[in-house]
This record gives sequence, C-alpha cells and structure tokens, in this order.
Amino acid sequence: MSQALRVRAAGTGPAHARRPWPESWVAAAFIAPAALVVLFVVVVPLARAAWMSLFDISLVRPGDEPFVGLGNYIEQLTSGDFWAATWRALWFTVVSTGLELGLGLALALLMDQPLRFRWLLRTLVILPWALPTIVNALMWRWIDNAEYGALNALLTQLGILHSYQVWLSNSDLAMWMVILADVWKMTPLVAILLLAALQSVSPELVEAAKVDGATTLQALRHVLLPLIVPVILIVLVLRTMEAFKVFDIVWIMTGGGPANATQTIAIYAYQTAYQGYDFGRGAALGYLIALVIMVLAAVYLRLLGRLGRT
Amino acid sequence: MRRPRGRTLLALLAVATVLGACSGAATQAPGGGGQVTLHALFMKQAAYSDADVKAMTDAFTAANPGITVVPEYVGYDALHDKIVTDQVGGSGLYDIVLMDTPWPAEFVKANIVTDITDKIPADFKNGIFPSAWTAATYNGRYYGVPWINDTKFFFYNTKMFSEAGITSAPKTWDDVVADAKAIKQKGIVQYPIVASWKQVEAVICDWTQLAAVFGGANFLDAQGNATFNTGGGLGALQFMKSLLDQGLVNPASLGFIEDDVNSTMAAGQAAMALNWTYGYSVMNDPKQSKVAGQIAVVASPGEGNVATSGVNGGMSLAVTKSSKHPDQALQYALWIASEKSQEMDTANAFPMWKASFQNPEVTKANPAFFAAAQEQFANLVARPVVPYYTKLSNALQVAIQLALQGKESPKQALDDVAAKLPQLQQ
Repeated sequence: MSQALRVRAAGTGPAHARRPWPESWVAAAFIAPAALVVLFVVVVPLARAAWMSLFDISLVRPGDEPFVGLGNYIEQLTSGDFWAATWRALWFTVVSTGLELGLGLALALLMDQPLRFRWLLRTLVILPWALPTIVNALMWRWIDNAEYGALNALLTQLGILHSYQVWLSNSDLAMWMVILADVWKMTPLVAILLLAALQSVSPELVEAAKVDGATTLQALRHVLLPLIVPVILIVLVLRTMEAFKVFDIVWIMTGGGPANATQTIAIYAYQTAYQGYDFGRGAALGYLIALVIMVLAAVYLRLLGRLGRT
Repeated sequence: MRRPRGRTLLALLAVATVLGACSGAATQAPGGGGQVTLHALFMKQAAYSDADVKAMTDAFTAANPGITVVPEYVGYDALHDKIVTDQVGGSGLYDIVLMDTPWPAEFVKANIVTDITDKIPADFKNGIFPSAWTAATYNGRYYGVPWINDTKFFFYNTKMFSEAGITSAPKTWDDVVADAKAIKQKGIVQYPIVASWKQVEAVICDWTQLAAVFGGANFLDAQGNATFNTGGGLGALQFMKSLLDQGLVNPASLGFIEDDVNSTMAAGQAAMALNWTYGYSVMNDPKQSKVAGQIAVVASPGEGNVATSGVNGGMSLAVTKSSKHPDQALQYALWIASEKSQEMDTANAFPMWKASFQNPEVTKANPAFFAAAQEQFANLVARPVVPYYTKLSNALQVAIQLALQGKESPKQALDDVAAKLPQLQQ
C-alpha cells in the first residue's frame, strides 16, 4: 500500500479504505485522457467555428471583424451561388450513388455465383477501391485528357467518336466525367458490402422459392432483395453522406470548373474560406453542409428504424 | 439502443464535416543559432526554373557563409493562398515570398509585406525597367524587389507556316486569323492555335493582353467602377469566342494552363500560341519537343493603331512582416535580383535591367527574342492592383469561361461581374 493511500486510510477509517472506487469513477478516469483530446481537437474547434460564423472575418482584413449575427447564414441561404452549388452536389450524389448501387448489386450477384475463377474476379473487383482517391482522380484526368487520353483513343478507334472530345473542359460533360470516376472507384465497396449480405442469406430460401415455381428474377425480387434491404440502406446512408460532401476527386479532376460546372457545395465552401479568405462565411457554410447531411441521415435512420420494426 | 446510436453517428458526422470545412493549422519553425536560416517561397511554373534559383542562391550563400537559404517551390495557382495562410494564419515560416503584379495592394492591407522604400539602392530604382516596379510598389511606397520581368510573346511553328505558304510572321490579330485559317484549310493541324484559358489566372493574363489591343485594358475607372464589360475587355472576350467558334483554337484550351500550351506546341499539334518567355526554351528543347528548332518568337500582334501589347507578368520578392531576419532577407533579394545574377541565365526569363539589353554579351544568346522583348516591355499593361483582386479575378475567370463555353454572351457574362462588383469590394 502506497504512502498516499495509507494517509487516506488513516483519515477515513479502515472500512472506507478498502472500499474500491465506484465503477463509474474508474470508467471516467480511463475515459478522461481521450475525452480531453476530443474536447480540444473536436469540441473546441467546433465551438470556435460556430462563434466565427457569427462574424464577418476576412483573413486579409485583420483587426476588422464586425459581429453580424446570423448574417452569414442568411446571406448564403439567399445566394444563388450557394443553391447552385447545393444542387450540383445533390445531382452528383443522386446519380453517382444510384449508379454505384445498381452496378454494385449486379457485381455482387455475379460474385455470389459458383464461378470457376471467382477468387480472381473478387480480387480484380476490389482493386479500384484500393487506390487512393487522389491517385484515382489523377488517373482519370489523364484518361479524359483531350489530346492524349485513353478514352478518346478508345472511342475513336472503335468508331464511336469521329473526332476527339474535350471531356473535362466542356461544362456539359465535366460533371459526368467526375461521376464516372467516382462510380469506378466506389462501386467495388458497394459490391463487397452487398456480397457479404448476400452470403448471409441461406441458399435454402432461394431454392425453396424455386421449388415453389419462382423464376430466378422472382426469387431475386421477392426473396433475396427484401432480406438484404437493411444492408442496402446502410450503403445508401454511407454513400449519400460521403457523396454530398465530395471534394477531393472533383478538386483534382476539374478544380470546380469549367465555368463552375462541377463546383459542388464543399468546393464552394473551400473557395469561400481558403481562396476568398472569408472565414466567417466559410464557417457558416461548414455548418450548413453539416445541417444538410444531418437531415439526410435523419431521413435514412428513420427509414432503417421503420424497417427494423417491420 | 438504436436511437442513441443514430444520434452519436449524427454528431460524429457533423463534427467531421464542420472540422473539414473550418479547421486550420499552425506550426512554428525554430530559428537557427549563430547561423541565419532564410525560408524563401518561389513558384515552379514559368520564368526561372528551380535550377536557376539554386544557381543564384548558391552564389549568394558562397559569398555570405553566415546565411543559409531554404527555397520552396509551389505551382503559381497555390502561391497566393500559401503566402496568405502562412502569414495571416499565424505560422509565419517564410522570410521572403514571390509577389505577383496584382497583389501588392492586398498584401499591404493585410499587413503581410514590409515597407522597404528607404532601403532600395538608387541603381535599382534607375536601372530596372519601370514596368517591373508595378509588382513591387503600392501608393508610391516600395514593398518588393523586382525579380521577374515577363510578358506573353507570340510563338509560331515556322515549318507549319511555310507548308501553308505563309512567308512572314503575323503583325496583327487579323493576320493571325488569316494564317490560322490557311493552316487549318491545308489540314496541317486540326486546331492551329492553342491557349491557356483554364479557369485560373492564366486566362486573365491572355484576356488582359488582348484587351490592350481591342480597346484598352483599363478594367476599372478612377472611382473603382467596372469598365471591363465595355471596350477592350468585351472586345477581347468576343475575339476569343470567335476563334473558338471558327475552330481555330483547340477547344481543350479551356482546360489548359501554360505548361499544356508548351506540350501541345511541342507535340506538333498546334502552330501558334501566346506564352511566357520560358515557352521558347521548352518548345525548342529536343528532349521535350518534337518540333525543336522550328519554333520562332515575335512580339505579340497588335491591331489598328496598337502595334503590340503585353500583360505585365512581373513578380517581385517581398520581405514578410513575420521575418526574424528582414535585413538578411532583403540582402538575399537584392543579390538574386542584381544585374549580374539576372544575366547568369536568360533562357527562362529576361533580365529586368535596361543595361542588359544593350550588352551584346547578354543579347547574343538570342538577339531576335531580346528585340521582341524590348518592344513588348515598352507596352506592358497591368491587371488591376486593388485589395480585392483575388475575388475579382476569380469572378472574371468564371465569367470568361461561361462566355467561352457559350453559356452566356460575352457582354452578359461581364455585365454580371460588373453588377457583383460592390459585393466583391467588401
């Protein structure tokens, strides 16, 4: 027994000395260091950002930071640029998530079949996802290059295109090319998650349906899919929230251009905060993005909850 | 358990998002003991190469053994952000930074650069081209030492020109259009002209250079009102759009920066282009170019009574407010900007010293290019030096892209920026 405890024991009596700390105290003591770290790297910056969002703070105008209340929020919510960027992000989210889910499901069903080289297929499918996003974006920028990109070479050699297309510098095509790159990278993740769900379904269920006269499509529609709906929803939640705040792949491929055609809400926030040096407006935008994602998450969680009850 | 878990997830997501959008970083580099260490920030995109900077720096440190210089290089489009975040964000690592022509007003207002008016030697003030000082001065005070004197020249492929039966270099933009049509009709290349018109500063430089020819490049009047949506600014944008509509400019130019212009010319896929000085050595370098030896340079074409024009691409070296060794930093800037240092290698950038152009030992490297440079340096136009330049430039880049993409008319696109001007000036 240490000197400190002996002193304490002397002061409080032997019965108290033996009594251990309540379990909750021990837990608190163990959690305290991590909680402190979280406090300083998460809670404090969050609070500071919230505070900053109420001021007109410009990095290039030091010392002049008037309080504007909710002015930054109102300004954004009434700004055409903000809504244009929000719609672009939503468009990116809906199209890329939809394609990833459709293709991912098809791939998962294929990989679930007893094919001869299934292990090879599964390895190959996961490769795009294993690439860092930055590398993927750079790779697609080269593929889409108008002068010496592989896409133009392939499409002209197949006779589909007669002359080279300017993929990334055309404001009508640029967003589609970014979506293509994102789908190429993220479909494998969706496929692997859905494959895991499919494998947890007992094969007897499908076989029983077939014995009862169901076609393969009917068995898929009425037996397999309902059983993996929870996983599909989780994939949707994850991908939607990720896609809505997409930044890196867009930034590397197009920088938000041409003519802002790929300026999603996260790019808009970055440009406001770090290129316009408007940290007050930037902080307000950060909170608005978080709000949209929270609304999306709440909708999905409600759906999941309803599903759990049924 | 489901609901609380959901809430935790939501909270975590909110935290991650807001952190991602709002966080900043600050580090502080320790200073040296007896030895002084200077951190210098340069760009790696045009003008002097990192090898040039190293040669100049090595000569300086050999003569000043007590000073170590650590140069760092970033692409042009990251340079401004890096300077501002380093200085105003609180890290204050750099002692000396490269400052572009339109930035002094903003940097002075943001308290980033040091006033060195009383420390500039008289021979610098008298010996350097007046246009080079635009990148170093604001309201009559000196905040930098001019280091790069650059503008965009007109490069053309002599072999393609002679194949098309063209016997002389174009003197006007009308000539350029006629020559480009001839080259296209003969099927020598699909798109005779290539340009750096990406939604970055590069497109503003081309637009400014053209505006000076098509009616003037004074983009703001004395009261700060927009004039870029009339006269030269509008004329230049309409001309750029017409080149695209006629299929004379490679449409990929809308995503190109200066390096892409060099590589397209070097691959023999274009016959003419505007680019900075360094383009000449890249396009004529047998290691990088299929058309080495075929690329000639002349002063940028004019139109009507304007003989030629050039965007002021000058840059200066500014001592930062955060520097612990401002005297040594200035000493280094003056050294690498000296006439002797600038004459070491003129392949990537011209000296800013008037005397260098009269020195046959220097001009013998490329007499025709020196002649074109001297003609253009006398006709430089600057982008507006206003504290809100970055915001103005970003808005104009988008407007120019909208017009070139055919989403809005040139007039409409520029009028929209003019209408937003009070907001940008805030």
